[in-house]
Amino acid sequence: MKSLSFHRSPGDNRADMKFIAVQTQDFDVAAEYAELRKDNRSDGAIVFFSGLVREMNQGSEVSGLTLEHYPGMTEKALQQIVDQAFERWPLNRVRLIHRIGTLTITDQIVFVGVSSAHREAAFEACHFIMDFLKTRAPFWKKEVTEKGERWVEALDKDQQALSKWQDAGEEADTEKKATKVEK
Amino acid sequence: MKILFFAALRERLNCDHVQLDIPLPSDTNSIRSALQQTFPEQADILADGKALVAVNQTLTHDNTGVKEGDEVAFFPPVTGG
Repeated sequence: MKSLSFHRSPGDNRADMKFIAVQTQDFDVAAEYAELRKDNRSDGAIVFFSGLVREMNQGSEVSGLTLEHYPGMTEKALQQIVDQAFERWPLNRVRLIHRIGTLTITDQIVFVGVSSAHREAAFEACHFIMDFLKTRAPFWKKEVTEKGERWVEALDKDQQALSKWQDAGEEADTEKKATKVEK
Repeated sequence: MKILFFAALRERLNCDHVQLDIPLPSDTNSIRSALQQTFPEQADILADGKALVAVNQTLTHDNTGVKEGDEVAFFPPVTGG
């Protein structure tokens, strides 16, 4: 884990700084938000994203879906994505939960919560984690539609979304360097 | 060596793994070609760009070396999130 220099209150548990879970059960956004806030004296910003199962996708009405994954690689891929986010931005806590198994319309699929001293890092890191999760983490959705079951097709736009982090990462690095120089 | 398959690729090949007779060390391009020969009717979805490859649970982007004991998996582009 990256060592961070700012003060931590005694209530901070370093083991919880990067929480990653792949699970069949639902999650409670309020409970996750509370974990990001709990005894967190250093952070002024929390940004979270939750992804849901929606009714219409790729032109068909969807009644539910099954999420398959690659056990072992999934956890490893998510850990790498979170580690990369910690390298790019001055984050304090990340909580990432992705569900697997059978889900229905309106169900929650994924949660990404990020805390940082300032909002820019929290917004960007949350976005970054989702963009990389969409293209690098081995999950596959199989939807149930009125025409039968079908595997969801990967979208070019998800792949293209990664290109913005090339520049953003460099900018973030430059900002860090600039901050160091000022000090 | 054992090759794992997931999702639509697993269903199209009708198996979750195959025991591939290939001399080691090898590389992911050679394994892909061997799989396309093993499953000639499914060669299209095993093609570069259609099936991703992970070696030891890490996604590869270029041709990657594979040695005895490595875990190799082929699967379609991912669609989580």
